[in-house]
Amino acid sequence: MNLPRMLLLLLTISITSSFQMQFMLLFSRQGKLRLQKWYVPLSDKEKKKITRELVQTVLARKPKMCSFLEWRDLKIVYKRYASLYFCCAIEDQDNELITLEIIHRYVELLDKYFGSVCELDIIFNFEKAYFILDEFLLGGEAQETSKKNVLKAIEQADLLQENIDYQTRLFAGTVWTL
Amino acid sequence: MPAVSKGDGMRGLAVFISDIRNCKSKEAEIKRINKELANIRSKFKGDKALDGYSKKKYVCKLLFIFLLGHDIDFGHMEAVNLLSSNKYTEKQIGYLFISVLVNSNSELIRLINNAIKNDLSSRNPTFMCLALHCIANVGSREMAEAFASEIPRILVAGDTMDSVKQSAALCLLRLYKTSPDLVLMGEWTSRVVHLLNDQHMGVVTAAISLITCLSQKNPDEFKTCVSLAVSRLSRIVSSASTDLQDYTYYFVPAPWLSCKLLRLLQCYPPPEDGAVKGRLVECLETILNKAQEPPKSKKVQHSNAKNAILFEAIALIIHYDSEPNLLVRACNQLGQFLQHRETNLRYLALESMCTLASSEFSHEAVKTHIETVINALKTERDVSVRQRAADLLYAMCDRSNAKQIVAEMLSYLETADYSIREEMVLKVAILAEKYAVDYSWYVDTILNLIRIAGDYVSEEVWYRVIQIVINRDDVQGYAAKTVFEALQAPACHENMVKVGGYILGEFGNLIAGDPRSSPLVQFNLLHSKFHLCSVPTRALLLSAYIKFINLFPETKATIQEVLRCDSQIRNSDVELQQRAVEYLKLSSIASTDVLATVLEEMPPFPERESSILAKLKKKKGPGAVSVTEMEDGKREGGELNGGGDRGPDASAMAASNASTPSPSADLLGIRPAAPVSAAPASVGSLLVDVFSEAGPAASSAAVNDEGFLSSAPPSEDPAPPLSEADELLNKFVCKNNGVLFENQLLQIGIKSEYRQNLGRMYLFYGNKTSVQFASFTTTVSYPGELQSQLNVQSKPVEPLVEGGAQIQQVLNIECLTDFSEAPLLNIKFRYGGALQNLTLKLPVTINKFFQPTEMASQDFFQRWKQLSQPQQEAQKIFKANNSMDTEVLKAKLLGLGMALLDNVDPNPENYVCAGVIQTKGQQVGCLLRLEPNAQAQMYRLTLRCSKDSVSRRLCELLAEQF
Repeated sequence: MNLPRMLLLLLTISITSSFQMQFMLLFSRQGKLRLQKWYVPLSDKEKKKITRELVQTVLARKPKMCSFLEWRDLKIVYKRYASLYFCCAIEDQDNELITLEIIHRYVELLDKYFGSVCELDIIFNFEKAYFILDEFLLGGEAQETSKKNVLKAIEQADLLQENIDYQTRLFAGTVWTL
Repeated sequence: MPAVSKGDGMRGLAVFISDIRNCKSKEAEIKRINKELANIRSKFKGDKALDGYSKKKYVCKLLFIFLLGHDIDFGHMEAVNLLSSNKYTEKQIGYLFISVLVNSNSELIRLINNAIKNDLSSRNPTFMCLALHCIANVGSREMAEAFASEIPRILVAGDTMDSVKQSAALCLLRLYKTSPDLVLMGEWTSRVVHLLNDQHMGVVTAAISLITCLSQKNPDEFKTCVSLAVSRLSRIVSSASTDLQDYTYYFVPAPWLSCKLLRLLQCYPPPEDGAVKGRLVECLETILNKAQEPPKSKKVQHSNAKNAILFEAIALIIHYDSEPNLLVRACNQLGQFLQHRETNLRYLALESMCTLASSEFSHEAVKTHIETVINALKTERDVSVRQRAADLLYAMCDRSNAKQIVAEMLSYLETADYSIREEMVLKVAILAEKYAVDYSWYVDTILNLIRIAGDYVSEEVWYRVIQIVINRDDVQGYAAKTVFEALQAPACHENMVKVGGYILGEFGNLIAGDPRSSPLVQFNLLHSKFHLCSVPTRALLLSAYIKFINLFPETKATIQEVLRCDSQIRNSDVELQQRAVEYLKLSSIASTDVLATVLEEMPPFPERESSILAKLKKKKGPGAVSVTEMEDGKREGGELNGGGDRGPDASAMAASNASTPSPSADLLGIRPAAPVSAAPASVGSLLVDVFSEAGPAASSAAVNDEGFLSSAPPSEDPAPPLSEADELLNKFVCKNNGVLFENQLLQIGIKSEYRQNLGRMYLFYGNKTSVQFASFTTTVSYPGELQSQLNVQSKPVEPLVEGGAQIQQVLNIECLTDFSEAPLLNIKFRYGGALQNLTLKLPVTINKFFQPTEMASQDFFQRWKQLSQPQQEAQKIFKANNSMDTEVLKAKLLGLGMALLDNVDPNPENYVCAGVIQTKGQQVGCLLRLEPNAQAQMYRLTLRCSKDSVSRRLCELLAEQF
């Protein structure tokens, strides 16, 4: 007997990896990138290449197709909301459905913050979109899944900027005395 | 303009964005951007100090420009400036810019770290979170060095705010992933586990990601998390949908946390404590039950969240693989999903069922869904779903349904998407081989495959069919007949011509009795395809022709004429010309005896891994195809390609090196690659003998590409002496998996994994014969001082290994301190009464306990200098034994376990690595430099380690690798 299966056996013992999103991209139907968040270190060149390929792949898919696809070694989970595609890359062991709902929760957060969000809100307030994302996901992992808590954090920050506090500008000088 | 602008909007920014959006062309956009960049540059350079608001606005514009895809080479300093602003938005924009555009080599890093340090100690939770987010987003080594010890403190401090704890946990996770060596376990570790009990669900959600990652690396230290996770899960699962307030998502209580808890449990075996296990099984049952309840909402979010938990629970059930009842229930649940109207669910059910098919408890249950899956393959509109269906069919295939599945896959191939054809072809070829009971079915299937999807039939596939036909004399006549018929088609694929040429050349005589396939008819048929074929195929056909001359003397004149014509003998292709000349000469000079010796029938191929499998694995990556095979290994005995009935054939073994048409051996890198250099030698020497009477005319006939002419001299196959052990050991220095040893009786495969100072090695002992091995025992022993340096624990193996079966043994390895010797593995068993006794070295070498360490150039040189005592350095200059190809070298160095550092050595030809060896007692830092000299084919290897014995040992080990 030859033992091809032994060699296969060797490959079956895989090490479970923890859930980690690799990156999240938001792009329009025209393929314009609206937001990009990378949770793994990649060069700018590599990021652009991935973005180009992935946008093309996802836009080529028909509606009603399934929201998941294999791409390189990753699993892509995407969903379209109005004119925007939300697209996440996760690893082989990761849970597609929960990722789909991460996307949805993020959309809800944007919606609540901007008041029925549209693509323009994200274009003009891209920095806010990033802040909200950071409150919700950190390092590719869910940090806070309660909608109320995330929005509270963002609103507190918004409040902070209105009460400008000039008094304690003490550090401004000290940081530079290296 | 935006509908809402909360906080303080930046008017200038909004205007700029509008302008960009109004640009009609790419050129206009670039022009507008350049104008803006010039403006910002002048503002930043201007004499007038900018106020915080302006600075923020310009930095934000730069960020926007960068995100549009343009390069930004200034503004970093201004962004860093913003970090120390006390105005929150300014700070926030500063951090955002740094997170997106950070340059880890930047001089600015120290300034940034300083600002972060200030914010971390500000006791202002909002500022602290911003700083933590920045660390988590950048996650560079410099940041890890600066903050890896500070963050655990923040995480477990009693007075830290919940939101800060959440950020701190995930921030630490990121640092641990980038620089595990810098995050030291300590007193905080046990307190982190108890965050699973935290009242704040957000804290638990964040902390559990960290705990999961840490448990994977240090399972023992974190094993208390199992019972905590089970009780937390149980509380969530049994809670009413409103109990968890804002953590309930569309009527599903805490779906993210539930999934993470189930994922954490997958890092561990089933709980040993009966009560905990009972509770967990109850949870899993509840989750399965809930799937049957009517939905609480029609929203897709509700069902997605609920099913996300369900799939994660099923993954845990499969991971445990010990509860038949749960496995079968999981399978039934997935069966329901197979027919669900949601494409997503059908996709996931197919995917998940693939893994279920590998469990002996649920394999049969999975098989009951075969019709649905076949239907999915035929009717799904989405290619990614069809792909999953094909994967599942492959996974559920066994002897009972192979014919049906192979037929369905073949018929699907006719219309399959181009993107998945090659893989489908490989799968069909593998299944056909694996489950063939009669070989005519196998031959038919492969020829069909070539007919339907010839373009996608890779070399491995047709090599394999030839290997099998050659090894099975009961199928040779049938194969010749079938291939002859297939070649009758007016347009047949070139791969068919190749198979036809080879098989008729070898076995055409078996059908030559029939006047419809007389030798000349066969020849004319083959030759009619000749002109349409590529050079390699023509070369193959020429070899077939010379075999015809040997098989059928009556064709000699015709064939000689063909060889003699200008288009052959003066062909512009050197290979073809050479073959034509040599074959012509050979046929006219050599006596029939010589001819018959040279062109003797191919000897059987040795037993070997199917090259097709290797190819599929390579295509799909490890693990992708493995599941079913494992199963079959348990279930099956007989094999298609040769079996116990044929005694091991020493001459075939030797010949294989020279004559195997397949490069299968190196595809996986798992066998010692067929020594390519040896092949021409053996062929050559044989040919020299043959031609010594005939004169030197054809003495250079090294026609070994397909190995037609070779039949190597028989050689003694020596019993494996212990002296080979070192060589075998050396093969595993840079890799963890592969075949450790193989002889006529036994094959030993290894798969190993290492984490810190611990390792686990799976040994697979395969009985290659059809006879049972009795009294099979294995013992591990420690030569010399090794006893006190390394600890290897193993469970005894089953004393009986059935013919064709494989048994597995797990060794747990702990490195106590650094070591130089390898542990010995002694194997004893009785084969047909004779005692077999064999001792090998286990490939456990000190480098297995490496953790890679990334560092920047200056750090490297600093450390290098610190390790300057003469005995800390070991150096060796040696001749290259293997290819000096960059990629090969890199792969080896990575396999070694150290981090390969770029941009350290000023000479880009050189390689520099760094790593830390983890032993129980201490950590040994190691730096390596390898300087190749391609011209001289030499290397200089230098190692500096904090412990001199390690430098010496590593140097010794590595000098054999390159």
